[in-house]
Amino acid sequence: MTQSINQLLHQTSLSQVPQGLSGDLSVNETPLIMHPLSAGFPSPAADYAADGLDLNSYLIQNKPATFMFTVRGESMIVAGIHHGDKVVVDRALKPKHKDIVVAVVNGEYTIKRLYKYKGLIELRPENPDYPNITFSEGHELQIWGVVIGVVRRYSSSSSRV
Amino acid sequence: MSSPNQNSTHAPLFALVDVNNFYVSCERVFAPQLEKTPMVVLSNNDGCAVARSAEVKALGVKMGTPWFQMKDLAKQHGILACSSNYTLYHDMSQRVVEILRQFTPKLEVYSVDESFLQIESVLNAHESPTHLGAEIKQRIKQWTGLPVCVGIAPSKTLAKFANHLAKKNPSFNGVCDLSNMPKQELYQWMSEVSAAEVWGVGRKIAKRLEGMGIHTVLDLVQVSPQMMRLQFGVVIERLCYELRGLSCLALEEVAPPKQQIIASRSFGKLVLSLDELAESVATHTARAAEKLREQESLTSSISVFIQTNVFMRNEPQYSQSIQIPLVHPTDDTLVLTEMAIKGLKEIYKKGFRYKKAGVMLGLMTDKPVVQSSLFEDHQAKGKSLRLMKTLDSINTRYGAQALRVAATGTDQAWKMKSENVSPKYTSHWDQLPVVR
Repeated sequence: MTQSINQLLHQTSLSQVPQGLSGDLSVNETPLIMHPLSAGFPSPAADYAADGLDLNSYLIQNKPATFMFTVRGESMIVAGIHHGDKVVVDRALKPKHKDIVVAVVNGEYTIKRLYKYKGLIELRPENPDYPNITFSEGHELQIWGVVIGVVRRYSSSSSRV
Repeated sequence: MSSPNQNSTHAPLFALVDVNNFYVSCERVFAPQLEKTPMVVLSNNDGCAVARSAEVKALGVKMGTPWFQMKDLAKQHGILACSSNYTLYHDMSQRVVEILRQFTPKLEVYSVDESFLQIESVLNAHESPTHLGAEIKQRIKQWTGLPVCVGIAPSKTLAKFANHLAKKNPSFNGVCDLSNMPKQELYQWMSEVSAAEVWGVGRKIAKRLEGMGIHTVLDLVQVSPQMMRLQFGVVIERLCYELRGLSCLALEEVAPPKQQIIASRSFGKLVLSLDELAESVATHTARAAEKLREQESLTSSISVFIQTNVFMRNEPQYSQSIQIPLVHPTDDTLVLTEMAIKGLKEIYKKGFRYKKAGVMLGLMTDKPVVQSSLFEDHQAKGKSLRLMKTLDSINTRYGAQALRVAATGTDQAWKMKSENVSPKYTSHWDQLPVVR
């Protein structure tokens, strides 16, 4: 094939050569198959190949309804949620008694544990320095979503080994 | 026993799901304190209102009103203006579509905030079309925080009309189902809405209809479709049948590939130098090429254009464009950027203050049918393909423009003006909403 193109080129006057060819004559060395073919017995482990661990699928159950927030302050420190943590919030879940939730109070987001019993609704921090938020009857509590996970990255100055 | 074809014997039924004040609603999902604040979202360069909250609509502000024209009103009523945050809107739009697909795979994404669903085959799981509509509305509100209206009818045009009714009349509770509505009531509604509101009736046609004494949707339903065909052609004839409940427009589940891709922007400030223009042209080329690869097409021509600000009458004006044919159809950002910059150098003239630059890709072909030239460098082509795949996947993961051609520059001082843009709440780790 290489030869025939070269022959063709020699027989053709330059004006007939297609434009794309003009600078580069190495084109005719194109290999016909680009992927190597391997013969022999396939790896017995091939059937067991996994895609690895995917943190997204571990943390997220319902993608279109899941959002992330950055936590500021220490109001949930006893629950293990620290300043700077990212929390995973699912809007599709129905908030239950004792769920950690993101709620809207006075137009601001707050993260607290939800207490619902005997008609009383409270948002409780998990830090004795913070007050409970109580909702009297007739006051509507707006819950934005249920916290289903927390992500923290430790900043590390150690170098790679 | 039901016959396997049962579904196909059902007459089609469409639902149009449309997010209310989409851009404004997206902003409010992440800023609950703005729930009652009158607000608008402004177009690129903070030009004019492209979305208005209900409060602003009530003040009589029209779609597309330039911001500088409403500044007094804004002061008086405390109207908040947000720059557009398309990254956020795109993310929210995808969430809505993903939820809608759970109801039926038969779906046409009509625009960023509207989708048509074909629902006759999924109705057996629901009490009635109205119930299905209510469930769609409820789930999207619950899962995304976005309010939607649903219009249900036997044709797409009527579904649009139903959605319009649901939007304008609170009595529908956001779901208007014309398939269950008594004729008398339907005609009553139709007599109250202007024919100009019908999907597909442009301003020109509306004017001609007026002249013929056709004012309301009901007038349009009563006129003979064949007669309308003689007057306006087949498109309006079809529209008349659609309004009568006869579906003529099928769901377009796969958007047809665009025959042209244009990427251009006005600059935030006027630009003088070739270097800055080149940066912007390279950026536009990268975006256009990305869209090209997304729709799996190749282009065989790229055009570049630049222009000064035509509204500044006392400034010297210049505008020029150039089309560069490509020998081998391509979707390679590097090749296209090189060509675009070459073209720009041809048309650039010193001494003008430029307002806008852009590129246009034309003469598309679908990827598989491209005739590969005998003389092409196949090895290089394979490399380019892999490079572009890597480029796109990195930019998808780390945000647009994470990885780009050096010609796009690093300062991008010419970039569009967006003075009050909200954080990218859903796509950037450092911009997530904050909770205390």
